[in-house]
Amino acid sequence: MSAVETLIDLLAGRRAAATLAPRDWDGVIGVARAEALLGTLAHRGDPAAVPASVAALFADTRAAAAVATTQALWEAEMARRALAPHGIEFVLLKGTAYAAAGLAPAPGRQIGDLDILVPWHDLARTENALLIAGWEWVKEDAYDDAYYRDHMHELPPLIHKARDRMIDVHHMILPRTHRITPDALALVGDAVRTEGGFAVLCPTDMACHCAAHLIADGDLQGGLRNLWDFHALTSAFAVADRGFWGKLDERAEMHGLEKTVHRAARLARDLYGTKLPSGWNRIRSGDGRYQRRLLARDDWGRATDPLLQQAFYIRSHWLRMPPAMLARHLWTKWRKR
Amino acid sequence: MKHRTRIAVGPVQFRIGSSWGAPITALKRLYVGYPQDAGRPADATVRLFAARPWRRWLRPSVHIGGDYIVPDALPLPLSMGLLAAEMGMNLQVALGWRRHLLLHASAVAKDGRAVMLSGESGSGKSTLAALLGEGDWRLMGDEFTLIDPGSGDALAFPRAVSLKNEAIAEIEARVGADRLGPLLAGTPKGDIRYLIPRPDAIAAMHEPARPALLIFPRFGGAPAIERIGEGEAFVRLTEASTNYVALGEAGFGALMRLARETPAFTIAYPDSASGMAIVEHLWAEALR
Repeated sequence: MSAVETLIDLLAGRRAAATLAPRDWDGVIGVARAEALLGTLAHRGDPAAVPASVAALFADTRAAAAVATTQALWEAEMARRALAPHGIEFVLLKGTAYAAAGLAPAPGRQIGDLDILVPWHDLARTENALLIAGWEWVKEDAYDDAYYRDHMHELPPLIHKARDRMIDVHHMILPRTHRITPDALALVGDAVRTEGGFAVLCPTDMACHCAAHLIADGDLQGGLRNLWDFHALTSAFAVADRGFWGKLDERAEMHGLEKTVHRAARLARDLYGTKLPSGWNRIRSGDGRYQRRLLARDDWGRATDPLLQQAFYIRSHWLRMPPAMLARHLWTKWRKR
Repeated sequence: MKHRTRIAVGPVQFRIGSSWGAPITALKRLYVGYPQDAGRPADATVRLFAARPWRRWLRPSVHIGGDYIVPDALPLPLSMGLLAAEMGMNLQVALGWRRHLLLHASAVAKDGRAVMLSGESGSGKSTLAALLGEGDWRLMGDEFTLIDPGSGDALAFPRAVSLKNEAIAEIEARVGADRLGPLLAGTPKGDIRYLIPRPDAIAAMHEPARPALLIFPRFGGAPAIERIGEGEAFVRLTEASTNYVALGEAGFGALMRLARETPAFTIAYPDSASGMAIVEHLWAEALR
């Protein structure tokens, strides 16, 4: 069994950590690092069941993740202090949102940039307020800057000059030119408040965004982590609310994301053992390719299957913009190489 | 990967994989005297690989990868594969290790107490530590010193010492060829030759030492010693640490304690003999 399959079995709880030979951990740890899942793995299972050196590494990883979570939440607080005086409200997305709301994927999860969502009409004011509060542009390139502004679902990334932390300001959850255009107003309008006072997406929207991020945006790089988020979120939401899957169906349809969300759910079922209700429990022929793409990593943590990777990379661009625009974009990018 | 080896340095167990045999053979020779534990899982993975398949044979160039990768890092020619392996090991520790506060510093110890030398490359910290390690000091490491946040102790990371340029001849005059790696001429960092630490330093690599002296050396100019305050030592140490920010409060606490409890000095020295004399002098003072 390959290391990536072993990792998934450990996360899914299908295999006990005690059944691994000591050296099996080499590959499992390498792959978990490459997929940003080491912290998640370190939070699961019984520390006594793993070799002492692995238990020590897991303890390091848990401690590091706790520090990183504190820093990420502090960054969210900094954004709040920058935007609140201007009367701008924002919704936290992805890792910071899970941490702020204390949701199932949060323990040990790596958090990259701070991702926030603001209504389209507040975008210009948000940008100004952040620039005043010490954030700066990262992208120097005029084409990239214009590309972000004209076609993407977020501002070009900003970085804070003192704290060196990045913020992504979204006004949508998929690029503006994407074939699917979720209802951004509904996302903001139906957001819910955490105990700490931050706004996060409501459960169904959170699952929709997670699936859109995994399946419809990008080339599935790092997809195992995003799929784990989807598994952990939906499993917990379904326990808290028996009607969750039905509501998710309706909401996904409203956003135009029903196929995307169903695909994510089936992949989560096949890899992590997510329990789905009968209407969701189908088998689709295309899923195999997605699964192979998600599992394309060898025991040294290296990405494998370059042709399949390339195919998903092309697909991500194909979904992201209409053909004529794609051709123009690729031509400009190629000339700048 | 096709060629592979495992090396334990201090608390870190590495596994190193390579597309070529030569770097692994060279590594095995350098680390033959280090303790082996084949059953211990690896904490860190280093990969030496060709960016394009044909680069394995045609003007072979070694890319450094592993758990952590520096994007856009330039590859090295295969003749410098050993340097690539050592850089790969340093990189994984610098970016990935979280159990201890990592300081860019060499260290030597005597009677369970450590002298730490922290400075940029070119400050002579490696050379001074290597030379002291050939005398009656125990070499703890030439690149990183680890501080345990719980106890405040210094821990050794005694990988092979990277001797550069003039330091090579100075050490060659003192040790046998059996303790030296091959001469790597004309690397991006100049000429490099690796020195295998003395067997007693390797045997003692798990023994912690109490920080006794912090020295920030500068090579060149007339001999000079200046005592620096806690504040300056603290700031210099934050710059010398690769994981101070990532460790959060634990890193802050460890660094504060080190700066508060350890006398710190900047020194300047024109040659190795005077540099060593200054360290011995400060040591004698610290003992009083």
